[in-house]
Amino acid sequence: MKSSPDPSLPLPSDPPIGVAVDGLVSLADGRRGLRGTIATVGAPTLENATLQSDELERRLLEMGFVEGARVEILHEGFIGRDPICVRLDDMRVALRRREARNVMVRRDANS
Amino acid sequence: MTHASAAPSILVPPAEAAADRLRVALVGNPNSGKTAMFNALTGARQKVANYAGVTVERKEGRILSPGGRTTVVLDLPGTYSLRARSPDEVVTRDAVLGRLAGEVPPDVVICVADATNLRLVLRLALELKAVGRPTVLALNMIDIAQRQGLDIDTDRLSAELGMPVVGTVATRRRGISELVTAVEARADAEAAAGRSNLGEHGWTEPSAAEIRHLHREAERILKACVRPPRRPDTWTGRMDDVLLHPVWGIGILLTVLFLMFQAVFTGAKPVMDLITAGFDALSALVAQGLPDGLLRSLICKGVIAGVGSVVVFLPQILILFLFIILLEDVGYMARAAFLLDRIMGGAGLHGRAFIPLLSSFACAIPGIMATRVIDNRRDRLTTILVAPLMTCSARIPVYTLIVSAFVPARQVLGGLSLQGLVFFGLYATGMLSALIVAWAVRKVFWRSASEPFLMELPSYKVPDPANVLRNVALRGHIFLRRAGTTILSMMVLIWFLCTVPGPPVGAAGPAIDYSFAGVIGHAIEPLLAPIGFSWQMSVALIPGMAAREVAVGALGTVYAVSGGEEASGVLGASLAHQWSLASALAFLAWYVFAPQCASTLAVVKRETNSWRWPIIMFGYMTGLAYVAAFVVYHTAVALGAG
Ligand SMILES: Nc1nc2c(ncn2[C@@H]2O[C@H](COP(=O)(O)OP(=O)(O)OP(=O)(O)O)[C@@H](O)[C@H]2O)c(=O)[nH]1
Ligand SMILES: [Mg+2]
Repeated sequence: MKSSPDPSLPLPSDPPIGVAVDGLVSLADGRRGLRGTIATVGAPTLENATLQSDELERRLLEMGFVEGARVEILHEGFIGRDPICVRLDDMRVALRRREARNVMVRRDANS
Repeated sequence: MTHASAAPSILVPPAEAAADRLRVALVGNPNSGKTAMFNALTGARQKVANYAGVTVERKEGRILSPGGRTTVVLDLPGTYSLRARSPDEVVTRDAVLGRLAGEVPPDVVICVADATNLRLVLRLALELKAVGRPTVLALNMIDIAQRQGLDIDTDRLSAELGMPVVGTVATRRRGISELVTAVEARADAEAAAGRSNLGEHGWTEPSAAEIRHLHREAERILKACVRPPRRPDTWTGRMDDVLLHPVWGIGILLTVLFLMFQAVFTGAKPVMDLITAGFDALSALVAQGLPDGLLRSLICKGVIAGVGSVVVFLPQILILFLFIILLEDVGYMARAAFLLDRIMGGAGLHGRAFIPLLSSFACAIPGIMATRVIDNRRDRLTTILVAPLMTCSARIPVYTLIVSAFVPARQVLGGLSLQGLVFFGLYATGMLSALIVAWAVRKVFWRSASEPFLMELPSYKVPDPANVLRNVALRGHIFLRRAGTTILSMMVLIWFLCTVPGPPVGAAGPAIDYSFAGVIGHAIEPLLAPIGFSWQMSVALIPGMAAREVAVGALGTVYAVSGGEEASGVLGASLAHQWSLASALAFLAWYVFAPQCASTLAVVKRETNSWRWPIIMFGYMTGLAYVAAFVVYHTAVALGAG
């Protein structure tokens, strides 16, 4: 089920999602034990075009996924390591990796 | 009175009139203790539990302060922002903004904050302030904050936010009167300043940039006023290491569910035998005391055999609720949702569907209400459609009766009761078919991608024994009240249909064959004969629409009446005598699927606002029930169980 690309979405010239840019890693690609600081939230992708990416961004922000927040992946689900449970500052949040895609993390040196 | 209504503004100054009926709304993040606060303020008994999304409707209560002033308190669903996305959050937004029809906005908003988790609620408090609502911050769960050695500078916090801050422990009713005082003072100050609470102050949905801005502000306030805990809670992390472990976690979840259903089946036995004996003795006593006749028949066979056969299941209901309430209070529900998300997602269900579905083990009605936390309408409808397939507590009497009558009481696999296993199997069948139907619904009706799943996992808490006991007792009370009202009246009706009219003089067959029940049963029998139901079973299904457990009472009455004067109180024994194993299994299969509950259909109508979905639900469930019973009956007959 692919819907036609939304013209408001970025052009494919954007860096491919999930690939480290400037040492950043998408939370969706992190493994258990990944620790770091959130660098950016909500670079929209074509993948979640079903939900307005702006809407997803705001939901993430409202849950506390904001630039500068501390994250750590605490647990992974048993099928396909999905969903993940993260420590977000001092809360615990469960989310699917698909939703975590737009959260880029600057990982700590030792994680 | 024309005089007073002609010039009310002269007799009562407007400010005072408003102050007389103060309206207060409880707003806050999910699971921050709003309902506990509501209960503490008003003495209500609304449901409190340790997961996000317990409250899904607005509830109103009243406080009468010593000064004779009445305050109307609104309990609202939890939310992270006023930018509502799911139906429950819409209720909160509309209540705060005064958009609900026929309702003025609250004079004061109590923003209930979990003191141990302030970051998100501070942003919400800033949002509320921006709307222009006079707000008081209740720093709830201050007991836990103190235990963790969390330092909160409340004076500074109050100054930064520009609102009074009061520490509270809602569950222990600490700080409640201080909170009420602060709220009243705030309302008086507003009234004195002559500000009106009407209008939305031009509220618009915040953009991502605005959310970021408010969050930074909240972060700054947090840094200024709160120092990190000296003794942070390490238990939650340690328990999660086991309970969310990819292998152990699933194992423990399955074990917990299995133990729950085993306990429901086997643990209640002794008390149930006692209750049965009590009703038998009562029946014998009445039979001795009353002359033979219609009245004796009504009381012994209608009321005692009917209601008694349902009340017997009280211990099972209590055990089931004890388990569910403990799981809810500890904080396990959100974990179970995490563990099962992938499996549910595979069936096309929303991750948050787990909690409504688990609530449906108690009753599909609160389960269907709980789907309001699901933001996407289609996801919500799918969950509503499959919720009644989860085995609700009203099926327990039917399952127990038939399983104990037909499944041998043997031990298998080293100590597990075979009856308990079959009982668990019925639950498993319900769950599995819910997943399959959900999957089919998505294939047939809509094929949209699923919605985001973002859920806060609460800290574990030790359940408060008094709260647990109170809630279990409440469930027992509801069950008995049903037995005393719906079930009792259905029983009297069934007794009437079974005895009237009496047989003609010189009739050959049993008297019940000539009664209305006999006539109705015989009339629908051809329809149900292909699935192995006798006319007595067919009769029991009809009142079973009022409440599933009535079917058991109805069977009790039908067999008590048709069994003549010597009717034994042990319904199971007479069923084992009269039904073939194949029919019994078909009856179970029917009950796994059949939409035998008018109130569920009514709630679906209310929640979806159309007759379309209850009709679809009724149709697909009846179809499944018929096919399942047919297949089971004929397979069993072919295997020689006819
Ligand atoms: N220790 C402690 N626990 C509390 C306090 N207030 C509430 N709780 C517990 O916190 C949990 C959540 O309470 P609720 O009142 O259901 O929370 P809510 O804000 O109404 O939640 P939703 O309706 O889901 O938005 C329950 O387990 C309560 O027992 C408190 O002051 N101290
Ligand atoms: Mg609540």
